Amino acid sequence: MNELIFFFNNVIVAGIVLGSIYAVGAVGVTLVFGILRFAHFAHGDMMTMGGFIAFLLMLGFQAMGISVPFLPTGFVVLPIAMVLTAIVALGLDKGFYAPLRARGAKPVTLLIASIGVTLMVQGLIRLVFGSGTWSFFETEQKQLIRIPVPLEGVTRTINFTQPQLLMVISTAIAVIALNLFLTRSRLGKAMRAMADNAALAQVSGINVKLVVRVTWIIAGGLAAMAGVMLALDVNLKPDLAFNIVLPIFAAAIVGGLGKPFGAIAGGFLIGFAETAAIFNWTVLLKPLAGVLPFDVPATLAIVPTEYKLTVAFVILVVVLLWRPTGIFKGASS
Amino acid sequence: MALIELKSVVGGYGGAPILNGVDIAIEQSDIGVIVGPNGAGKSTTLKAIFGLLTVTGGSISFDGEEITNAQPDRLVPRGLSFVPQEKNVFTSMSVEENLEMGGFIRRDNLRPTMDWIYDMFPVLREKRKQAAGELSGGQRQMVAMGRALMSKPRLLMLDEPSAGLSPRYVIEILEQIVKINQAGVGILMVEQNARQALAFASRGFVLASGKNRFTGTGPELIADPEVAKSFLGG
Repeated sequence: MNELIFFFNNVIVAGIVLGSIYAVGAVGVTLVFGILRFAHFAHGDMMTMGGFIAFLLMLGFQAMGISVPFLPTGFVVLPIAMVLTAIVALGLDKGFYAPLRARGAKPVTLLIASIGVTLMVQGLIRLVFGSGTWSFFETEQKQLIRIPVPLEGVTRTINFTQPQLLMVISTAIAVIALNLFLTRSRLGKAMRAMADNAALAQVSGINVKLVVRVTWIIAGGLAAMAGVMLALDVNLKPDLAFNIVLPIFAAAIVGGLGKPFGAIAGGFLIGFAETAAIFNWTVLLKPLAGVLPFDVPATLAIVPTEYKLTVAFVILVVVLLWRPTGIFKGASS
Repeated sequence: MALIELKSVVGGYGGAPILNGVDIAIEQSDIGVIVGPNGAGKSTTLKAIFGLLTVTGGSISFDGEEITNAQPDRLVPRGLSFVPQEKNVFTSMSVEENLEMGGFIRRDNLRPTMDWIYDMFPVLREKRKQAAGELSGGQRQMVAMGRALMSKPRLLMLDEPSAGLSPRYVIEILEQIVKINQAGVGILMVEQNARQALAFASRGFVLASGKNRFTGTGPELIADPEVAKSFLGG
């Protein structure tokens, strides 16, 4: 049983946490793709920027002595960081992407422009913060939550940190809120309409520019959320999210580009696949050593930790072979 | 004064013009039908009115106001509505959501208009929660027309509403178009089933090579031996 708890902590808990981060990141990517029809490569850097904005806010709050009991300050400032990052996202669109769209630029041009934005944002962050790592938990404690399992012979506990718990709750809230927005509100439906058939949305008199603005606001807000969650789980550094932008894109594509719920499913699928792939399965197989027809090696992971990233692409290839436009049948171009 | 008036409209997609001087004028009480051979500029005329291609010569006015090259987000609030021939529904959205999107520009209660459309096409009320992409061709055409009517237009433009439909649906769609007109909505449509459509047209326009060849009431055009011989297949 102890082995199963170990498995639960390392694969299920870690998978939920990683999946939440991927899911929230991938939703932003997929929304921007659905409305603007280009792969916004700089999404990862909007996440990183959201993380740094939250970090600055946290320092400000701590300097002013503002704190909320039981909540890490990183979470207290999250809503403000989301608003500020949304404003930055609108600025990036106005400054870089809108002028290109106005000239009828092709999606590939916008993609290249977004790589430029990536380099620029990363450069700016390095200019201000240097290339070192920062932690949200210099002065505050990261609380560990241990849940004992009431079974005989079980000594291990189910472990996760308080920020991880808050992360999963925030993801659930964000997903429910997004779902309500997209299915109940007039603007949310207009966003879906535009992702479905942009020409018909225009013919219907839908204010296309307004929909584009709302898309950036949501993408920016969610990027900040994913970035802060990632920074709270590990550390804050200038290439924080740049390193996970590829699995995030894989999650969005696996789910079906332009499909928000596909992106969420894709995020969790890839999150779980990664944690399962680097798990040392020997731990689970050892108790069965006598029954198995082969010797259990000392370590048996599907891939070494360094190759975690490749898992996303294996999933991507397998899913696309089975369903060429993703699980939820998204856009193909 | 005509509801919509095109005067010698010239335009295309950037290359050689497709429209070489189209004249059309219809009242709100009219059903105007544009017929003509393939490549005559029938659909292009509707797209030119709706700002979907560049008009380089002539003028278009709606209710006395110049609307040449105005974009759809300005035209829909003025009372123009357009049903494209293809890709004319939001396939991933429900029938009811399609109708709501048609009423996007309105701030008042959409329910009465929606009920009017459901009364006109009862099958849509039954399938209102179903994704439009799952419906048959004829039902999709009803959704497309319903969507266009949700903005309470004064002029409804339809691009080949009966294309690809079974005979049963062709009759139903054409009958409903007459009813929509009787409810006070001007109609301007392009039709491949020329004889059938001209039969109830109060204004008929025969286009060829981007120009008017014949203009008259529908029955007049049908009776004209030259029109019948060249454009209606004898």
